[in-house]
Amino acid sequence: MPEKKVLLSLRGLHKTFDTQEAVAGIDLEVYEGEFITLLGPSGCGKTTTLRIIAGLEMPSSGSVFLDGKDITRLAPEKREVNTVFQNYALFPHMNVYKNIAYGLTLRGVDKNIIKQKVDEMLDLTQLKGYEKRMPSQLSGGQRQRVAIARSLILSPKLLLLDEPLGALDLQLRRQMQQELKQMQRTLGITFIYITHDQEEAITMSDRIALMRAGRFVQLDTPRGLYEQPRTAFAASFIGETNLLTATAQAAKDDEVLLDIAGFTLPCTCTDWVTPGEKLLLSLRAERLHLSKTPVPVPCCRVTGELVHTQYAGGERLSVVSLPDGQTLRVRTSTETDQDLAPGATVYCWWNQESGVLVRDDREEA
Amino acid sequence: MKKKNSPWANVYLALILILLYLPILVVVLFSFNSNPGRTANFQFEGFSLQWYEALFNPASGYGGPLMTSVTIAVWSVLLSAILGTLGAIGLVRRPVKKSILGRAGNAALSLGEQVAVLPIMIPELILGIALMALFTLMKLPFGMITLVLSHVVFCVPYIFITVRGRLSSLDPGLEEAARDLGATPLKVLTTITLPLAMPAVVSGCLLAFAMSMDDFVISFFVNGPQTNTLPLKIYSSVKVGVPPHVNALCTLMLAAVFMIVGLSQLWQARTQKRLKRDEKQAARARAMSAN
Amino acid sequence: MAKAALGRHQTSRQPMALPMVLYAALFVGLSLLYIIGLSLMTRGADFTAGAPYGLHNYERIVSPLYLRSLLQSLRLAFFTALFCLALGYPFAYFMAKASSRARTWLMMLLIVPFWTNALIRIYGWKILLSTTGPLNQMFLSLGLIEKPIRMLYTDFAVQVGMIYAMIPFMVLPVYSAVERMDWAMVEASRDLGASPFRAFLTVTLPMTLPGVLAGLVLTFIPSIGLFFISDLLGGSNTMLWGNMVHNELLKSRDLPFASALSVVLLTLTGLVILVYRRMGGKADSMVF
Repeated sequence: MPEKKVLLSLRGLHKTFDTQEAVAGIDLEVYEGEFITLLGPSGCGKTTTLRIIAGLEMPSSGSVFLDGKDITRLAPEKREVNTVFQNYALFPHMNVYKNIAYGLTLRGVDKNIIKQKVDEMLDLTQLKGYEKRMPSQLSGGQRQRVAIARSLILSPKLLLLDEPLGALDLQLRRQMQQELKQMQRTLGITFIYITHDQEEAITMSDRIALMRAGRFVQLDTPRGLYEQPRTAFAASFIGETNLLTATAQAAKDDEVLLDIAGFTLPCTCTDWVTPGEKLLLSLRAERLHLSKTPVPVPCCRVTGELVHTQYAGGERLSVVSLPDGQTLRVRTSTETDQDLAPGATVYCWWNQESGVLVRDDREEA
Repeated sequence: MKKKNSPWANVYLALILILLYLPILVVVLFSFNSNPGRTANFQFEGFSLQWYEALFNPASGYGGPLMTSVTIAVWSVLLSAILGTLGAIGLVRRPVKKSILGRAGNAALSLGEQVAVLPIMIPELILGIALMALFTLMKLPFGMITLVLSHVVFCVPYIFITVRGRLSSLDPGLEEAARDLGATPLKVLTTITLPLAMPAVVSGCLLAFAMSMDDFVISFFVNGPQTNTLPLKIYSSVKVGVPPHVNALCTLMLAAVFMIVGLSQLWQARTQKRLKRDEKQAARARAMSAN
Repeated sequence: MAKAALGRHQTSRQPMALPMVLYAALFVGLSLLYIIGLSLMTRGADFTAGAPYGLHNYERIVSPLYLRSLLQSLRLAFFTALFCLALGYPFAYFMAKASSRARTWLMMLLIVPFWTNALIRIYGWKILLSTTGPLNQMFLSLGLIEKPIRMLYTDFAVQVGMIYAMIPFMVLPVYSAVERMDWAMVEASRDLGASPFRAFLTVTLPMTLPGVLAGLVLTFIPSIGLFFISDLLGGSNTMLWGNMVHNELLKSRDLPFASALSVVLLTLTGLVILVYRRMGGKADSMVF
């Protein structure tokens, strides 16, 4: 595998508005051709980070390097970076053609070349025949395509997308997700994508930077983020998870024995753990299994009372209460649906690697 | 809810409108009066165009003031459009400044903005006297120049406020997008901001033009011996006696206003229709892309 | 880092406002300050002013003649604003409730007279109200009166003219307030048991109050200073503040005293605007 080339690097980025710290120290290296997503709840600083990269915002401290050059103080129009804005920001007084051609017109490119390039973009974004339409005459999806074409025509080194699908309905969103990913692959342009939708982030990205309160919580591949969340926030922001309070009993090699509600359960752990320490175990709802009988007998099993169960089409959602009052939410496939009724004693079990110890950062924000 | 008006409401609307139009109708009616005598303004005898003939007779002396008024209005609106539009662009969104100098600058601009819109809030009489006093102090000869300078004073706020309103309703992202696509700040201004502000500039100018053509009070104080605007001429005619050809003049001006308003309504209706059509198209496109 | 404090990469556009601000500072700010200064001076020969300085112009104003005129002007302006509200509010309210087609027409019919020269409209009243004019003739032929009534050149005529000239300035802001109002709130109040009248009193009226306030200011302020309506329709005993200023300036050519009279008017205006601002009004509601 060839050495990956760093296209963009952010070093110690800080941004303070009045007294509020929107970006609180971000370091990031983005590789050429990568699809990287900044994921996080609203107000976590992801848009500010993007605006700093675009040059629309000046960082309070830290720097931005593109292709090895420091562009921190470069005006936005001088950066080889383009943005697809959240609400598209199409120029309402220009038709589709003029919107797409805008950047090239500014650069004084020959009219025939512009025409040819715009045609290419219209093909790529399936907007042929809409050249004369004004933005107000387009549907949301079409506006989205124009916004993308308008940026891509400049062949930027880096395309920034700020919640580009936020305004679309679910069906269209899914379709556009695929199209965007497809476009990114064919053109080989580096994408930095912003979203608060974890599902979107997981399905589209090469890497995801999960953000919270101006910082990266975890920078990882989608699989890494889902399977090995490092903090309680990361575990609960992506997918559905149960966070169980556990007490460490004994540790050996890379395994630790936990006490959860009186059950002794093994868990994989590479960190140093002292007996008696309070830990947090993350268990994905869909990685748990339920049964009425104590078979099979895996190493990780607890017993509890079924307090609630609900049929939800393809899956069944059940809530199990453990002896110490903690509850587990369990999603099981209805293909192997069992006759479960609230009040019954049930056995809940999982594979040892499904349990992940996470740092408790629920109180931080 | 948006309940329909009761019949009584419609009667009320009609009644007020009748009252609004009563004096105007009287003027129009008497402009066609064939009564040539001293009672021409009180007793209607029959139809004739004699007062229109009298009006168009160069001796009536309305041509000069009309030209003066139009000239003043054109110049004032032109200057106000430049001042007001630039002012609106400069003041619509002010970055927060932290330095003392920046804050002081911001405060000064805010004060300046308030002073600039003051002319539409204080009685014209005060402004007229103040300007007259100032021009006397500056030793400016009263005439065309003082009239234009004064009209600019009260035309600017109309253009400034309409343009600022339009600009503040625009998505600031548009200008950022233009920068992002490679436009320098100057290019952003000429290709994005100004074209988008244009409709507001035009409607502000129309309003200012009407205000300038109509202004009597301020012009009364700052006009010179050689200049006479149409409202000043009408005032002196009406004040001295009641020359019936004023009726004819008024009728003509009314007709002009009705024509302009009618045309603009027609144009607006067409734009509305086009907008509706566009919306339908967009809806169709949405339906198509949803499939 | 001074530059980082600016926040954005955006070049400041504020200098573009300088021409307008400087123009206003000179011709509005300075000229108003100048008449305040003038009001403290004494008239000289041929439209000049100079020493001695003092409050003597203001002392002269505190006399029955001027106080009566001030009172008369304020009363007239007050009733103008009041009648405009009484007549204009229902008009604006019904207009906002009319169908959109009717609304366009009503708006046009309301604005057209307002676009025509103010003098012309007042001139129409002059014909209407004159002793031998159409109104008197109609009343005579209907047998309502035996002798023509004198209406022109009375305070009544001035009041009618003022209300007539000012009413659009009440209708427009009220209309836009009623138009913006969410009718679902009226519905909710009816649903909760309010009578139509109570719903109006407790929901519609408070919701449209900003429009009413703007309308009151817009009709009251100009009414104090208007001099040509009383000039054309009023009698010799109608001496409004505006007429006083006008006379002092053009007949007595006393610039300092006319300035003092204007400053009094300016102060009144300032007070009204201050109250308006305190109640949350904006200057922008005054342009449509």
